[in-house]
Amino acid sequence: MNFDISNIIFSMPEIIVLAGACLLLMFDLILPKGQKQAIAYVALAVVIIAGAETWLLSDNIAHIFNRMFMFDGYSIFFKFVFYIGTLLAILLSINYMKIEGEDYGEYYVLILFALSGMMIMASGTDLLSIYVGLELMALSIYILTGFTQRSGKSNEAAMKYIILGSFSSGVLLYGMSLIYGITGTTQLSDLALALKGQDNMDMSLILAVIFLVAGFGFKVAAVPFHMWAPDVYEGAPTSITAFMSVGPKAAAFAAILRIFIEALGPVAGSWETILALVAVLTMATGSIFALIQTNIKRMIAYSSIAHAGYALLGVVAGGRDGISSVMLYMLIYTLMNMGIFGLIIMMRKGDFRGENIHDYTGLAKTNKLAALLMLIFLFSLAGIPPTGGFVGKFYIFMALVGQGLIPLAVIAVIFSAVSAFFYIRIVMLMYMKEPTHKFDLATTPASGIAIAIALIGILIIGVLPSWFLEMAQRAAFPV
Amino acid sequence: MGIPILSIVTFLPLLGALILLFVRNAVAARWIALAFTVVDFLVAIPIVLKFDSTTHNMQFVEHYIWIPSWNITYFMGIDGISVLFIFLSSLLGWVCVLASWRSIQHKVKEFMMALLVMQTAMIGVFCALDFFLFYLFWEAMLIPMYLIIGVWGGKNRIYAAIKFFLYTLAGSVLMLIGIIALYFAGGHTFDIIELMKQNYPFAFQFWVFLSFFIAFAIKVPMFPFHTWLPDAHVEAPTAGSIILAGVLLKMGTYGLIRFNLTLFEEAARYFTPLILVMSVIGIIYGGYLALAQSDIKKLIAYSSISHMGFVTLGLFVYNSAGVEGAIMQMLNHGITTGALFLCIGLIYERTHTRELADYGGLAKAVPIYTTFFTIFILSSMAIPGTNSFIGEFLILAGAFGYSKVAGAFSIIGAMLGAVYLLSMYKKVALGEINHKGHIHEAHDVNVRELAAMVALAIFVFWIGVNAAPFVELIHPSVSHLLEQLNSAGNMVAHVR
Repeated sequence: MNFDISNIIFSMPEIIVLAGACLLLMFDLILPKGQKQAIAYVALAVVIIAGAETWLLSDNIAHIFNRMFMFDGYSIFFKFVFYIGTLLAILLSINYMKIEGEDYGEYYVLILFALSGMMIMASGTDLLSIYVGLELMALSIYILTGFTQRSGKSNEAAMKYIILGSFSSGVLLYGMSLIYGITGTTQLSDLALALKGQDNMDMSLILAVIFLVAGFGFKVAAVPFHMWAPDVYEGAPTSITAFMSVGPKAAAFAAILRIFIEALGPVAGSWETILALVAVLTMATGSIFALIQTNIKRMIAYSSIAHAGYALLGVVAGGRDGISSVMLYMLIYTLMNMGIFGLIIMMRKGDFRGENIHDYTGLAKTNKLAALLMLIFLFSLAGIPPTGGFVGKFYIFMALVGQGLIPLAVIAVIFSAVSAFFYIRIVMLMYMKEPTHKFDLATTPASGIAIAIALIGILIIGVLPSWFLEMAQRAAFPV
Repeated sequence: MGIPILSIVTFLPLLGALILLFVRNAVAARWIALAFTVVDFLVAIPIVLKFDSTTHNMQFVEHYIWIPSWNITYFMGIDGISVLFIFLSSLLGWVCVLASWRSIQHKVKEFMMALLVMQTAMIGVFCALDFFLFYLFWEAMLIPMYLIIGVWGGKNRIYAAIKFFLYTLAGSVLMLIGIIALYFAGGHTFDIIELMKQNYPFAFQFWVFLSFFIAFAIKVPMFPFHTWLPDAHVEAPTAGSIILAGVLLKMGTYGLIRFNLTLFEEAARYFTPLILVMSVIGIIYGGYLALAQSDIKKLIAYSSISHMGFVTLGLFVYNSAGVEGAIMQMLNHGITTGALFLCIGLIYERTHTRELADYGGLAKAVPIYTTFFTIFILSSMAIPGTNSFIGEFLILAGAFGYSKVAGAFSIIGAMLGAVYLLSMYKKVALGEINHKGHIHEAHDVNVRELAAMVALAIFVFWIGVNAAPFVELIHPSVSHLLEQLNSAGNMVAHVR
């Protein structure tokens, strides 16, 4: 194996994030207690530098580390989705962690580690590198979930998450080993070559596919591997709920697209039906169970399950449009979910948790701006134009209809109409009921900036999606 | 390319809404909203005046690249059918502001913003010639309307608002799939004009026709998709009812003309008997339901179902009398029913009751008000000399030309209209002053209210006496539409 300097150059963004995280660990030691927000700002800087570096390199395509790692438009697109998600999560965390009374620098370090894991997942072109990235991300997030140590719910959530998560990793590995057994390789493009001409209905292949679907299904909270999501979303610190509702999901989709469409593309017949079934179940379960939630974090958990269902449909559609529709969807989803969580985080102040949907009753009476923003994000999640959420769904439907999968598209729009109900229920509570208590929002400049970025993002994508759309279409890997 | 007048008329209200964001004073909010809607109306007048009624081609066209990778353009343009509704929307815009002047007392600024956003979306729907743009406006309407009903509505407003929202959304999402299917069938374009030029296989037409038809039938609303309407109407504030009856319902029938009839001629032929049956049931059933109401607003709401049944009947009889009558009826119903809801709103502000039993003797207590109320009721009954007569007469003539049975049944509906409207009028306006409804305390209309009513009354008589200029506007577009339809019809007949 020849070592080439390009290996270093094109993995520079990952190196920056990892090195930054390690340095911050040491920096944390010399910072006195109570000053730990400084870490947050440095972490922000690290993400921004990594983003700048990615941007500088973005004209190149490089397949490095023995073809285990790909620096291409596709990974760059996803990396920017992760950067945005991480930036917004850090901005939202600063004040929130103070309110929660957890003043530890490791929090931001772990976020950076998780970020680097996601970046590796997006760039991985070998089952092994993807797996390494996935574990790096997952382990960091297990800890972050239990970060509010004094909260029983947070501990319980972390425990559930780590046990189920390790189990799903095991299943995933098993699937990967089966694939290796069938083809003798773990490199994605070699896999595609080896699988060409393979019988779609080969039992071992189908078993492997089922294991892969189960493993990744767990990461994106697809039904029937979604049981953890509501508990973990509810228990985790809200800033981490926000982070993990977008980052790991987008990263898992980055890997799913590469593995299923690139590597397993030749045997699409073996997984299309399974994935389509999972997607429909996911949309149905997410939309229907969200209707009966009274905790807003649980509700968003089910809503994010439903959103994973739509994105999975994009994977089922396949082709260039399928790929770029999922990419665009992940970008839009990241923005709108961070936006809504930004507002949920603001509700938490003092001893008030603001997690019950009835806590939002009458918000529009006293906090007009917050209610209006919440309304825009909710309508975006419901997919009502002219917001980004509509454009994302529209593209997925286009990809589906373009492939002739009209029944799937019809099912998807019906569930999107069902899901509108629980989003507008919150709008109803905010606007149409009288307040039952005084609102006191924890607004800080940092969270204001985060919400403003999310808002501008979804409105621009909603009205002028052209630039983002072309970006996603150009970045999609060729099929 | 000249002045982008369609964009101006569409987005002027939105600009007003954005300016209102920075206004704190409720009085200022009212005046700003009024100013923007009046200016918008003044912009709409030259559109009608300069409209060239000798051609069916789209006019005032604006065409810009918008989302090239999906081949989506910002494409606006109007023909004889849409021009009337732009005019109607902008007319009812300021009527709505005046109608809410006093009845909306809390969150005035937000209400005016919702009204203005609503107006942008409504005018946009009538101007859009690109399906993506059309759908954007179409769905964007849901948000302000949901808020108008849900925040400023009556006792049961939340139920009504959610029902309205979900009903309409469920209908239109299927249309979205239909639109995307058209995109792929019609050579990767959302350009409505381009898509109209093509022929689609019958099976394709069948399904896409249905997906559009359900969306529009819910909006109209046609029997049996009408159940959201009475709730929404009764709970909505006056301006909300005016918009609903005046413009929103027209969007359903507008969609039927613009898309169902022009894109899928053969499927339209195929579904005609079903649609005619639904229309006739709507006419009679709506009339009977109106007969049984004790709430004035509900009565008018059900009468809308009946009147809109006439419109769909006229559209699907495939002769120029029917279709032109239907379009005239759309305009007239917008004016007349809008005016009736305005009247009901005005009296409700004074008496706080809409129960028929609480009324009586209005003619003695508030004579000026009652005069206008009478005019609008007569118009709703389609008395000759008023606007609705033109539409209903043409529709009936067209219906008899197509099918005597359909025509005969609709006559029953027209007679029912006279029954419920006159008996309502008797209970409300005639007789002794009813003290239960505190009618003796009611004061007559003021200048602001009078302005709104006079404006609508002018159109009642203008169209009623001299409908020719209006019919001329729509004539070329309708004959072009019918030409295409009948040639397709002949083709079908020939194949059979």
